[in-house]
Amino acid sequence: MSVLTDGLGEAAQLLISLDREVLEIAARTLQVTVTATFISVLIGIPVGTLLALKRFLGRGFMVSLVNFGMGLPPVVVGLGTWLFLTRYGPLGTLGLLYTPTAMVIAQAVIASPIVAGFSLAAIQAVPGKIHLQILSLGATRIQYILLLLWEARLGILAAVIAGFGGVISEVGASMMVGGNVRGYTRVLTTATVLEVSKGRFELATALSIILLVLTFGIVAVLSYLQQRRRSA
Amino acid sequence: MSQPLLEVRDLSLTLSGREIFSIERLALDRGETLAIIGPNGAGKSSLLNTLALLQRPSTGRIFIDGQAAANGNTIKMRRRMAVVFQDAMLLDFSVRQNITVALRIRGVARKEAGDRAERWLKRFGVDHLAQQAARSLSGGEAQRTSLARAFALEPELLMLDEPFGALDYPTRKNLLQDLSAILAEMRMTTLFVTHDFSEIPHLTERVAVLHNGKIIRDGSFQEIFGDSLNLSRQLPWEF
Repeated sequence: MSVLTDGLGEAAQLLISLDREVLEIAARTLQVTVTATFISVLIGIPVGTLLALKRFLGRGFMVSLVNFGMGLPPVVVGLGTWLFLTRYGPLGTLGLLYTPTAMVIAQAVIASPIVAGFSLAAIQAVPGKIHLQILSLGATRIQYILLLLWEARLGILAAVIAGFGGVISEVGASMMVGGNVRGYTRVLTTATVLEVSKGRFELATALSIILLVLTFGIVAVLSYLQQRRRSA
Repeated sequence: MSQPLLEVRDLSLTLSGREIFSIERLALDRGETLAIIGPNGAGKSSLLNTLALLQRPSTGRIFIDGQAAANGNTIKMRRRMAVVFQDAMLLDFSVRQNITVALRIRGVARKEAGDRAERWLKRFGVDHLAQQAARSLSGGEAQRTSLARAFALEPELLMLDEPFGALDYPTRKNLLQDLSAILAEMRMTTLFVTHDFSEIPHLTERVAVLHNGKIIRDGSFQEIFGDSLNLSRQLPWEF
């Protein structure tokens, strides 16, 4: 219990004193996860929409693949990304390994299937008659998709929240492709693991609390967008 | 002789090996109102969806003003029609936005869309709900909004798929009276699908009887039902 209370105290102290290193780690965490979530939205929503609306050969397999991807272990994604980005890997010449960009790539790989899977389910949950009504209004393909996304927006925002939650909490992939380099690729999760390994539980608890507060803040904003009263 | 606004030839729909309907010919002139009546499962709604170009037929062709509906002109042709379904399919906007968004889809200017929305919401007696979320309306209010949207679109052909089917009796009676008056005034070409023949004389002049996917009778209300007080005796199924 004292570790927790000490951790709370230390977290408060770190935040009040605006500890430069902690603020920098928190900022980097946000930068990496928000960018990765944004990329996963750009990939996941169109993929989910396509799978929800289009019937084509191999669709069933692709849906299974997306559902499988939703449960991908971050450490496996990290290893896969590492193999691609390592000096002798297919993308080794880009020199991205142990950079924040590598972490964004790995996290986007983790979040994209989550966003796609939730988007697929959200669009499929829109009643079939609403599809017919939109089409009967004479909507073009783009208008039809935009109105469907509007109808499914609560589920789509849930997809974004789930995608963000999936990456801000992961540690395996970030550790593997970021390397936890101080001042460069260290984020709150990897810093927490490091502090635990050094036996500095109070600092680890403090970092975890900061991570929780950050996560709650972002999720609260997204939840507000999701749940706010519909425009009058 | 003038061209029918809507005409179908050798139109059929087969789903999962079962023939839903098969119609040799059906035509609707401009300004005419036609009720398609049939028991549940007769294929009425599938026929209406097909005529509204929302369901691809298995065989046959649909002509709007003599022009065959085809892949390339489906959206253009849909924009000449308006469909009201049994359940008011309102989008998750305000009541007013449900109309303005529909009009914007069809390229109507913002100002004109707003004016039309106001006019038709007032006409259907739901203008006081304009700013309310459409999903919070009662069944009757929602169907009035759905009808206001359809009329605001100023379609050449109005299609009604059992629009009173989900309403209770007093609500249905009031809406039927209002719609009847508006249709009589507008002289809008209307195709009305129902299983309730008591609604027909209020809304349409002509009746086509759909039974087991075939049109077995087509004529004026008087021709089909005559003077019989027991209208159901004139039909091959029981109500």
